[in-house]
Amino acid sequence: MLYINCPHCGMRSQNEFSYGGDASVKRPSLNKEVSDQEWDNFVYNRKSLRGKHLELWQHISGCRQWIKVERDTSTHEIFRTFKADEEVAK
Amino acid sequence: MTQGFRIENGGLIDRNKKLSFKFNGKKYFGYEGDTLASALLANGVHLVGRSFKYHRPRGFFGAGVDEPYAVVQLYRNGETEPNIKATEQELFEGLEAKSVNCWPSVNFDIGAINNFLKIFLPAGFYYKTFMWPKSFWYRIYEPFIRKAAGLGVASIDHDKERYEHKYEYCDLLIAGSGPSGLAGAYAAAKNGAKVILAEDKPRFGGSLLTSDVNIGNQSGKDWAEGMITELKAMPNVVVKNRSQIFGYYDHNMLVMSEKVSDHLPKTKKYHPNKRLWYIRAKEVLISSGSIERPIVFGNNDTPGVMLSSAAKEYLKVYGVLVGRKPLVFTNNDSGYETAIEFKKHGVDPIILDTRKNPKSEIIDEAKNLGIHIKNSYVVAAAQGYKKVKSADIASISDDKKQLGKIENIQCDCICVSGFWTPTIHLASQSGNKTKFKEEIDAFVPGTSKQNETSLGAANGIFSLEETLKTSFKAGGELSKKITENENNVAIPNVVEKKSSQHDKFWCVPLPKGKNYKRFLDFQNDVAVSDIEIALREGYRSIEHVKRYTTLGMATDQGKTSNLNGLQLVSEIENKVVPAVGHTTFRPPYTPISIGAIVGREVGKHTKPTRKSPIHTWHEKNNAVFVDAGVWLRPRYYKRGNENLFEASKREAKNVRTNVGVCDVTTLGKIDVKGPDAAEFLNRVYTNAWLKLPVGKARYGVMLREDGIVMDDGTTTRISENHYHMTTTTAQAANVLSHLEYYLQLVWPELNVNVVSTTEQWAGAAIAGPKSRDLLQKLFPNSDVSNEGLPFMGYTEADLFGVKARIFRISFSGELAYEVNVVSDYGNFMWEKIIEIGEEFKIQPYGTEALSTLRIEMGHVAGSELDGRTIPYDTALEGLVSKKKDFIGKRSLQKSAFTAEDRQRIVGVVPIDKKTSIPEGSHLVKDAKAPLPNPKLGHISASCWSVEYDNPFSLAILKNGKNMIGEKLFAMSPLKNKIIPVEIVSSHYVDPKGERVRS
Repeated sequence: MLYINCPHCGMRSQNEFSYGGDASVKRPSLNKEVSDQEWDNFVYNRKSLRGKHLELWQHISGCRQWIKVERDTSTHEIFRTFKADEEVAK
Repeated sequence: MTQGFRIENGGLIDRNKKLSFKFNGKKYFGYEGDTLASALLANGVHLVGRSFKYHRPRGFFGAGVDEPYAVVQLYRNGETEPNIKATEQELFEGLEAKSVNCWPSVNFDIGAINNFLKIFLPAGFYYKTFMWPKSFWYRIYEPFIRKAAGLGVASIDHDKERYEHKYEYCDLLIAGSGPSGLAGAYAAAKNGAKVILAEDKPRFGGSLLTSDVNIGNQSGKDWAEGMITELKAMPNVVVKNRSQIFGYYDHNMLVMSEKVSDHLPKTKKYHPNKRLWYIRAKEVLISSGSIERPIVFGNNDTPGVMLSSAAKEYLKVYGVLVGRKPLVFTNNDSGYETAIEFKKHGVDPIILDTRKNPKSEIIDEAKNLGIHIKNSYVVAAAQGYKKVKSADIASISDDKKQLGKIENIQCDCICVSGFWTPTIHLASQSGNKTKFKEEIDAFVPGTSKQNETSLGAANGIFSLEETLKTSFKAGGELSKKITENENNVAIPNVVEKKSSQHDKFWCVPLPKGKNYKRFLDFQNDVAVSDIEIALREGYRSIEHVKRYTTLGMATDQGKTSNLNGLQLVSEIENKVVPAVGHTTFRPPYTPISIGAIVGREVGKHTKPTRKSPIHTWHEKNNAVFVDAGVWLRPRYYKRGNENLFEASKREAKNVRTNVGVCDVTTLGKIDVKGPDAAEFLNRVYTNAWLKLPVGKARYGVMLREDGIVMDDGTTTRISENHYHMTTTTAQAANVLSHLEYYLQLVWPELNVNVVSTTEQWAGAAIAGPKSRDLLQKLFPNSDVSNEGLPFMGYTEADLFGVKARIFRISFSGELAYEVNVVSDYGNFMWEKIIEIGEEFKIQPYGTEALSTLRIEMGHVAGSELDGRTIPYDTALEGLVSKKKDFIGKRSLQKSAFTAEDRQRIVGVVPIDKKTSIPEGSHLVKDAKAPLPNPKLGHISASCWSVEYDNPFSLAILKNGKNMIGEKLFAMSPLKNKIIPVEIVSSHYVDPKGERVRS
């Protein structure tokens, strides 16, 4: 079970969180014309990375905040966690 | 029965407490502190089971967790448990156990015929033989294999025992209480670290209980006892025996199974049987020791052949002689230690040492005691069927390839030692890449992957002095990092006998002309010849060889067989062992009861049960409940001998003619507040929200980004910046997360807050033509006329002193209202409604009537909004704004979603107006078409229309828009029904929606 550092609450076990997918996906702005390809990339197309992955988790059984977690998908090592509005430097 | 093999004194058992027990129906005696294995051995019982494949007689091989043979069926506390290791099961008064895998009895086992057919049962036999014909598999092969496979029998009764889970955090977790564990724990505890020390056996001390050493001028055993006493007294230390750490998971989470009651005749009241500990540790010390490995020789599975360390443990811990004429077969000094113990207890052992001329302090001691030692000698084969009677021994050449002349010598047990294998399972589970250590012919942990540190024998260190030195140091340094305390602990003086190098010898060649089975895996009956076949047939990877032969795949997971298997493969393949590599170690280290893993989450406790504040009233009024997500809701209120169908029809009819009341507390409720709330709702829902006035409700549909309907419900503007959103019961949690996602991540600039208020409000839906009359009496001071409170209106009112919210919304399609009060007054509200409603012939109605009412009105619910439908499919496209953007809008342009013949909701009526259509039935054009019959749609919900008194269903049908009036068939192979049907409008009752506005 992963041990996740919630930037709001501190170290908590994985069973307090729910997974939310790739954090690098940006929703196209409202009312903006987008091509089919662009929209499909947003809704469906995801890379199944092996290695460092920035992903979303929600602390649903805690502060209910969505957070960003930088995790290695093969070793499960967690490098850093961020608040929802924090910019993530590469 | 007398305990004929119990020595007069000695051992750690309590001779004042005699216990009786039964094995295979026969009564025996043992002492408190015995295991089932030691008590049976004390009584001279060596035959305890039959092997898995050949049904060969099985005795005891080890004295603990590594035991491959002595697996029994245990009867305790009115329950039965399979696959219990007799070497781990502590004796208690009245214990009952039976042998497994034998019929009719362990002494005469019919399955043993496999032993004579073994030439036909080589590795891969099942794979090769049961291939064809295909039809034979289900009828003949599978039932046969299932009957023959497996050891014990699982109970089919409900397990009455209780199992608990516990979460714990600590600075240092220490797995094993041998010398390294004690030293590490002590040093860490002295630095103030929070320490958990776990020992799988009942007694602490590990190898110190049996070894002949001296620490700080005390015997090893006394030193261990002192350490444990001191540790137990420290407030920062938790010491647990009977507790096996069996898994090392991510981020230093380890799981431990504590046997709370297994050693007692009955589980104490309010006690669990087992307790599973989830422990998050900052640092982990792995002091799991090592397991002696066997040397492979002919018939080495005969009862009476056992590990030399086990023989020593039976003698020193339990005071039991495993034989009176022991033969010790060794390639290292450990065998000598066992022989010396025998000799000290008046038994004359013979030592066969594969080495030519070994020299050490231990060997000198054995020589001085006058023990008969034969160097460069091996056991070629054990003789005897149900018990060792003699051994064929021979000298062996220096290159270990040639046997000398075979001699037969009498013996009643063969104690074998092929050196020691570090227990690296936990380290390997943590991700540690292990490395092969030539000096000890075994794998040891490599660089730490997580925060694990292996100590002592588990790290391949077999000298006690070195073990203590490094373990005190590790415990001190790791704890210092955490607590920043440094209390140096003086390392005690150690006296131990020096041993000499072991012989790299593990398998005795077959004598000329002999075809003895030489077993590697004792539980799964994998012999040297099986591995040879696998390699001959082209299996190369050790993982494939394992699966083909089942080497190491039994319940003991190859604790005594893995390394010898690797040695064999490396020898045949002409590779070094590290190049062959070992198979992956996965948790659990030892079998864990399913009950312990499940814990308290059984039956109703698999999820929380939520009840509305009106629940007690429902119970008193004969409600029959149904699970709705985590909620319990009344399905119908039973009157007299009514069944579900009759009751729901009565309740629904009463709504259509008089008035009914339904508990809708379970609906999800979310408060949406803030200056940007209207804008937010406008983006979340498909329809327009900016112009909704205060005091009005609106029905809304929300989509996922892929265009699929996520949920529906009404949202009411309570005040300028305050909206009350309702969701379906099932989707409440998902909708809240969905809203939070957009507010926190996508549109953080919106000044809006959302919070669940589901449990704050109790709700009652009052529906039916007489609902307004009732409402007027409930709220005499409020204007609830059609003008004062029109359809989709909202008002706040006073319910006999309780503040209430009234929403004029309808799910039933009738004139209807929903009244909310704070939960504490839910029951008060309900009783008032029933009391005052009496004159209007009010009846409560349950979810079944609720469904009937909404189905015949064509209102969609979860069965239509099933995660596969877009607004058009459920006739909700009128609510999709063309002007504004919202979540999921762009997806609705997909060609599949705009196709002319897109699926759409329709009504379905059986032609005979009698036959109810099972939900899930497929709609097809031709009932006689060959399978697979092309499916045009499916029945999503069915009811008995109380309006027309005939069955009515909703369906999602391809090209539904143009199918009204068509005749099709509803097919339900499950219910074996083919029903001719007609397609009608989904709005079966009141298609213009006049009633709700009346």
